[in-house]
Amino acid sequence: MMMCKEATRLMSLKRDRSLTFQERLSLRLHLAMCGACRNCDRQFELLHRVGHHYEPTSEGDGERDEENGDGDPDSPGR
Amino acid sequence: MTSTSTDDDRHRRLAAVRPRLVAFARLHLRDAAQAEDAVQEALVAAIEKQDAFAGRSGYETWVFGILKYKILDAMRTQKRHGKWQPLDEEMEDEAIDRQFQRNGRWLESARPGNWGEPEAAFENERFWQVFDACMIGLPDNLARVFSLRELMGLSTDDICHEVGIKENNCWVMLHRARLRLRACIERGWLEESA
Repeated sequence: MMMCKEATRLMSLKRDRSLTFQERLSLRLHLAMCGACRNCDRQFELLHRVGHHYEPTSEGDGERDEENGDGDPDSPGR
Repeated sequence: MTSTSTDDDRHRRLAAVRPRLVAFARLHLRDAAQAEDAVQEALVAAIEKQDAFAGRSGYETWVFGILKYKILDAMRTQKRHGKWQPLDEEMEDEAIDRQFQRNGRWLESARPGNWGEPEAAFENERFWQVFDACMIGLPDNLARVFSLRELMGLSTDDICHEVGIKENNCWVMLHRARLRLRACIERGWLEESA
């Protein structure tokens, strides 16, 4: 049976590469039984989204000139 | 006339976004002066090249993209000067061992709590203060890999090329960085606001 420390390794890993079927399954099983690890998984997810906060045009930033937007989402700069 | 007002508008927008650019560069370079330099260079490049910017919206995003290149350049320079070391995986990380019992279960004192909705955390100024402090507290190598992955959004494959490590080493570092950050944030943020 997988323990919490190993579960956190998979929680981290799944944000960097896709897990194998076996890894996914054992992580799901562990999360189903462990509230602390479910919290940890959410914390890792929050950390994973922290970068968007610095992106200037992400939500909550001043004016987003979308007037005249033809619904054509041209990709932002390279 | 039109072009002047566009210039004014852009200068105003650059000034407005500058603090955020500096904060971002600082997290990567971990050096206030180098962060200022990188932002300065990015702003100069943005002003000089603004004819190359075609879009009507997303000007800040475009500038941000320029800054990312400047940061990567500065990081390469840091690395050439030996300011960055890969992780010795054999070495135990005691900051992480302090979170778990021997059998791999959470220690009671380190069990992750509920942080609530991410959006609420991100709205909370205190969260960002704690996050910054915790990033500063990370060892350099962990902070670098974490910031490239989660702030810059590079894939671990790209990070390997950038810093010259094996992908597995990168995954181990990210795991350690995330565990340290979560513990640090939980201590600094939840306990004080409770």
